[in-house]
Amino acid sequence: MRWLQGIQPGDIGLFSLAILAVLMAFQIFWQTDGMGEWAVVRQNGTLFAELDLHKKQLIHVSGPLGETQIEIGGGRARVASDPGPRQYCVKQGWLSRNGEIAICAPNQVSLQIRGRQKAYDSLAY
Amino acid sequence: MTPLPTEKPPIFLSITGTDRQIAGLATAAIGLSLLDAAIPTPLPGVKPGLANIVTLLVLARYGWGTAAWVTGLRVFAVSLLLGQFLTPGFFLSIAGAICSLFILALGQYLPRRWFGMVSWSLLAAFAHIGGQLVLARLWLIPHDGLYHMIPIFSLTALISGTLNGLIASHLQASLDLHVTSPSEATPAS
Repeated sequence: MRWLQGIQPGDIGLFSLAILAVLMAFQIFWQTDGMGEWAVVRQNGTLFAELDLHKKQLIHVSGPLGETQIEIGGGRARVASDPGPRQYCVKQGWLSRNGEIAICAPNQVSLQIRGRQKAYDSLAY
Repeated sequence: MTPLPTEKPPIFLSITGTDRQIAGLATAAIGLSLLDAAIPTPLPGVKPGLANIVTLLVLARYGWGTAAWVTGLRVFAVSLLLGQFLTPGFFLSIAGAICSLFILALGQYLPRRWFGMVSWSLLAAFAHIGGQLVLARLWLIPHDGLYHMIPIFSLTALISGTLNGLIASHLQASLDLHVTSPSEATPAS
């Protein structure tokens, strides 16, 4: 290969080191940060429960319309059922990333995912 | 009508051979930088940095001082041509250029037997994004969210650094063949 003529052993070493650095950058800055750790459940604006996303459980929160069921497990959480008329929070499905939130407004229940650090719910540039 | 002031002797700037050489090399770098700017990129900061090929070749053939001149002139001239002079992009370019020149000042003393152009290019590329990220974090986007871009920028540095290094080393080899006489041109390795 004519293109590889000027390559020295140190180049290959440094290239491998650079690949390692890039892989580590992906690992450090993308993998750990965005994933949620906790499910924060609020009832009428006040904290109802903070639960580990990795512990499988089904919790019941009562609101003005009835009972909202929240299912947690396997690093994610969802609103399994809600008495609200439009079912927006149920249709949102599983939430797993830091900062994601499902709000069942009619029944005044919300489910938010929290990671190790608090995420912004919106960013403007 | 006022008479023209003829008493003062006209000022002459003496242009040395080195000046001409630096100007010529900087022109090549500016051309490549403009080509760089013409390539559409998905993100600001993700671009091939083709002008660095010139920097690397100049460093190898004429030394660090000339390389610094060529790079500095290139950053200023390109920012004027693209209308970016004194914009954030200009300061990011300066920061990247200063950091990569600094690491090349050290990197040029790496034993050439073991480290070629690709090493220089990789070092300079990573120093470049490093400098830009530091400036951006301190001044332009003072928020930790910027760190999420590090994987993308470092991947860009890896790819562009390697490719530019390979191109520079290829050009260096072919320049050696053209410039030196056949008896002097000993095969590398």
